[in-house]
Amino acid sequence: MRLSFVLPALVVVVLIGLLGYGLTRNPSELPSALLDQPAPAFSVARLEAPDQLITQEAFAGRVAVFNVWASWCVACRAEHALIEELAERGEVAVYGLNYKDDRTTAMQWLDRYGDPFVASAFDPRGQVGIDYGVAAVPETFIIDAEGIIRFKQVGPVDRETLEQRLLPLVAQLKEEAA
Amino acid sequence: MIVELGHFALVLALCLSLVQAIVPMLGYRTGRTDLMGMAMPAASGQFVFLALAFAALGWAFLQNDFSVAYVAANSNTELPWYYRLAAIWGAHEGSLLLWVTMLAGWSLAVAAFSRSLPTDVAACVLAVMGMVSVGFLLFTLGTSNPFERLFPAAAEGRDLNPLLQDPGLIIHPPLLYMGYVGFAVAFAFAITALITGRVDSAWTRWTRPWTTAAWAFLTIGITLGSWWAYNELGWGGWWFWDPVENASFMPWLVGTALIHSLAVTEKRGIFQSWTVLLAISAFALSLLGTFLVRSGVLVSVHAFATDPARGIYILLFFAIVVGGSLLLYAARAPKLARGDTPVKALSREGLLLLNNLFLVVSAAAVLLGTLYPLVADALGLGRISVGPPYFNTVFVPLTVPLVILCGFGGAMAWKRTRWQVLRDRLWLPALAATVAGVGLSWVTLGTGGVVATAGCMVGFWAIATAMEELWYRRRTSWSRGVLGMTMAHAGVGVMVIGITLVTAFGLDRDASLAVGESKTMAGYQFTFEGTEEQSGPNYVAQVGHVAISDGDGNAIATVHPEKRRYPTRGNVMTESGVHSNLFRDLYVSLGEPLQQGGWSLRLFYRPFVLWIWLGGLLMMLGGILATTDPRYRRLRQRERQRADSHAVAAGA
Repeated sequence: MRLSFVLPALVVVVLIGLLGYGLTRNPSELPSALLDQPAPAFSVARLEAPDQLITQEAFAGRVAVFNVWASWCVACRAEHALIEELAERGEVAVYGLNYKDDRTTAMQWLDRYGDPFVASAFDPRGQVGIDYGVAAVPETFIIDAEGIIRFKQVGPVDRETLEQRLLPLVAQLKEEAA
Repeated sequence: MIVELGHFALVLALCLSLVQAIVPMLGYRTGRTDLMGMAMPAASGQFVFLALAFAALGWAFLQNDFSVAYVAANSNTELPWYYRLAAIWGAHEGSLLLWVTMLAGWSLAVAAFSRSLPTDVAACVLAVMGMVSVGFLLFTLGTSNPFERLFPAAAEGRDLNPLLQDPGLIIHPPLLYMGYVGFAVAFAFAITALITGRVDSAWTRWTRPWTTAAWAFLTIGITLGSWWAYNELGWGGWWFWDPVENASFMPWLVGTALIHSLAVTEKRGIFQSWTVLLAISAFALSLLGTFLVRSGVLVSVHAFATDPARGIYILLFFAIVVGGSLLLYAARAPKLARGDTPVKALSREGLLLLNNLFLVVSAAAVLLGTLYPLVADALGLGRISVGPPYFNTVFVPLTVPLVILCGFGGAMAWKRTRWQVLRDRLWLPALAATVAGVGLSWVTLGTGGVVATAGCMVGFWAIATAMEELWYRRRTSWSRGVLGMTMAHAGVGVMVIGITLVTAFGLDRDASLAVGESKTMAGYQFTFEGTEEQSGPNYVAQVGHVAISDGDGNAIATVHPEKRRYPTRGNVMTESGVHSNLFRDLYVSLGEPLQQGGWSLRLFYRPFVLWIWLGGLLMMLGGILATTDPRYRRLRQRERQRADSHAVAAGA
């Protein structure tokens, strides 16, 4: 048996191993250039109160979750119950970034599905989103007490991510801050 | 009830595919022709039941039967009927059903045309196709059953992904799948060759038309996909090196190599084991494409339906089919007849060897780029993605020599060609290509550059040599094979010119325009005349009016880009407004609304972009012409007569 005839089979074995490994990985955990960087500054109107401004200072001094959402985003609806659960646990302040949305529709959406957010920043043209490198809504950031981004999730949060990633990290960050 | 019948038909199809996979193979092993003869009725029956299942799913969509989970997830009462039908393949489960139905269709076609094949070869080919079918039917029934009921039934469907509500979707996936699945025929022939140990010119003559037909489908499928992305995504781009695009492009590259290597094996009786390996690889890459699209291993703009659990099944299936075939190849290929005639550099087989080298290296480069994020992750280099810069850097240097080679195709003779012949035949096309290449962009666009000129020269070289070939053979009647080849090669040239000019001279501008304001780009003036609201069957659209005039103020056209909101899913979709002619597209898409009726607009100037798809169309037509060459039919008849006389002799 000459090597040249066995080679294709060997290549495929490596390929299968690689693909099998790929299946164990979650492709939505993208690295973010913002990781371990200070949360980008912004100053926009609050969704609920157009006359009030909200800035990144809102997160200062405590651990915060910053969730990018929109009323047109189906996946946001899917993760919404978990975001509410996270807020109800009271361990962390959850802020929203209402992304490329319409104020009235967004408010109706919160009325209908519940409002877990301490406050939502209103970003109708997605400018804050650009600074935060938002590629696909929903996205969820965890920002520590120093205002540093420590985690970014692209795509909806599921039960596993919430229990195994978000909550432990929040607990750890709170300890660090204390 | 109809839905349950569809489900039942799917189960029956699985039973018949098992019969088709096992019984003829058993017949081959034991030499019993009655068992081998089971292949054909099993293949026909399987097709009938799959067609029934497909029709049942179509009926559920037309009737808005939202008690079927798949229908509820992908349709809506507001959806026009033609999109409801197209929604059958709008998501994972239905796509798979389409896949297996087409596979059964190809099997049926092989069975119908197989009377000229020796019984044992036909039995083996159909058995291999049956095995592939078993795998996909088990996958469909086990993990992705489109007939699953929803209880309680949904009152209204969640609608088809608006991205897919486009005429392009109605035909693009079926054509693409026809190509993917069609390579299963070449694959089955390759496995048969390994089992029987025969790769003679008769084998290549049976394999060639099937391979070319599958290739033609894949070609037009990819071309339409590119055209669809251009019109629908609103980015003005026609190719994104997205993993899913690459998944269709890799089998195309290897399939192209296979077509050419089959020619060498038929005419010169060499490259046998290489041809068999290419046939296995083309299908393996089709399967890999299915895996990449359906498993969610790679993030892609096409990620409509991904599910890791399904990924495990496809990976196992891939491992069995491809791993098994390559083990068989490792064991049997060394025994295949090997021509030891040395290949001369100046000969058609030498040329085609180079062609294969470039095509296979290109496919490998695309594969590497597609999987590189996974490799990097596995080696702990972090998560990175490989973007268009990699692909463009690697791909262009591989393609240019390939296109230059294709110009020599007609003039180069088998075995040995004197260079004087090449000189005498090709000086004129070379001159014509130089003149046309230098002239084209200056005459039509009023500008030029070194790279653009070089690209156009290469493109015109392919076109001019194709025309010279027809001129050279003007005294003999043109066979469909020759016509097909020249047409496909000219198509390559047309596409290269389109790609070169759109890349060199394409322009993009973002403009924020109030009503009545205008912006000038590439000598065209775009005037925004405001938007109005229109409602479609299942969406509400902001329709913009943008008047385009040339530098002298003469009106050219008014285009109507749209921003559609589909309330059922809440998605917002962009429909671009395009004014197209042979020399340029003027392309406008709506960005975001501004104050007082103004909008941000994206303007694109795309010279010669139409040529890209025209080139793809020419290639497909060339493939169809070559497939229908009566030569194959005549040869088949002759072989049948020979087989019959053998049978008579054996009987006597």
